[in-house]
Amino acid sequence: MKTCLVVDDSRVIRKVARRILEDLAFHVEEAGDGLEAMAACRKAMPDAILLDWNMPVMSGIDFLRQLRRERGGDAPIVVFCTTENDVEHISEAIKAGANEYIMKPFDGDILQSKFIEAGILTQEAA
Amino acid sequence: MSMLPDADFVFIAREVKTRSGLVLDAEQAYLIETRLSPIARREGLASVAELATAARLRRDERLIWQITDALLTSETTFFRDRAPFQTLRNQVIPELLRARGGEKLRIWCAASSTGQEPFSIAMMIDEMRAEGRGGDIEIVATDISERVLEKARAGLYSQFEVQRGLPIAMLLRHFEKAGELWRIADRIRAMIRFQRFNLLDDIKPLGRFDIVLCRNVFPYFDPATKQATLEKIAAQMSDDGVLLLGAGETTGNVTDAFAANGFGAGFHTRNIAARAAA
Repeated sequence: MKTCLVVDDSRVIRKVARRILEDLAFHVEEAGDGLEAMAACRKAMPDAILLDWNMPVMSGIDFLRQLRRERGGDAPIVVFCTTENDVEHISEAIKAGANEYIMKPFDGDILQSKFIEAGILTQEAA
Repeated sequence: MSMLPDADFVFIAREVKTRSGLVLDAEQAYLIETRLSPIARREGLASVAELATAARLRRDERLIWQITDALLTSETTFFRDRAPFQTLRNQVIPELLRARGGEKLRIWCAASSTGQEPFSIAMMIDEMRAEGRGGDIEIVATDISERVLEKARAGLYSQFEVQRGLPIAMLLRHFEKAGELWRIADRIRAMIRFQRFNLLDDIKPLGRFDIVLCRNVFPYFDPATKQATLEKIAAQMSDDGVLLLGAGETTGNVTDAFAANGFGAGFHTRNIAARAAA
């Protein structure tokens, strides 16, 4: 079973994402900010990370840059999931090593479609 | 839910089928109710039944077209079903370009709805050209509905629409932000000729095609209309032309003008042997 780490400071969003991802047969871990996420990754690298941008303590983009420098940190598929929806933010995320990008609000269809784009889900499994 | 009187249902079903080929059966009464309510309100009529009666008694052609348009399914996404687009990009288009040896390739999206399908093809070809694998390719996109064509021509999509089937890299490469919407690049839009066209009409004026996409249309047609339409399409295709139907659709049950080929689900080629035998 693949693991997805959901990083978002909103418990509601984490819960919504968890429900969608569990339906897609992921094991789900949660983190409330970038620092917590980094600690989780150092313990066990997940297969995928669903990542918010604006969070207290450490933002999503700072987390991503640090993750990609970690040993094994190039492996996880990282999908941003944020209200930031302008070209500048999206470009910055891709440059920092994000594999896909979801603009909130999102639903199960969008999340599934983006995980297929990122190669962490296959169409057949979907 | 209020039920439409039989005479009104029969009238609507007949007029819609005559105009578009779309077959409505009695189980779809709910569809008629939800899709036609806004038109009834706009016309100042109390119910869908009143709308149907008005259209029937007045034989109001404008109203009947609005009803037809509202009952057509326009559901689509960028790169719908994914796999066929990869096959087009990696196999079908390169092989046909090679076979044409520099001559123009013509692609027809025969029910292009709000434009996601032809724009997906155009983006793909733009990227093939950037890789030096392009060629002279013309894309004609048609639909029976002016309403969806208008949206397609505008090339404007909601945040929700650009997140269904479209990789983020393609959004960055081929779209620009326009307020809350996303607008497809002029470079991509200029690759497509949008035109209103009814599949029940004579196809000859559109010319000959090498690739035809007619996806998720035939499930709404009855067998006779499907057969006639497929045979008209076949007659307008080059001998080595490729037809792409929707996932799970086949031609075999109504006509031998096409045969499934090795390209995968939905892909068909003209059945030249059957034509020679005929």
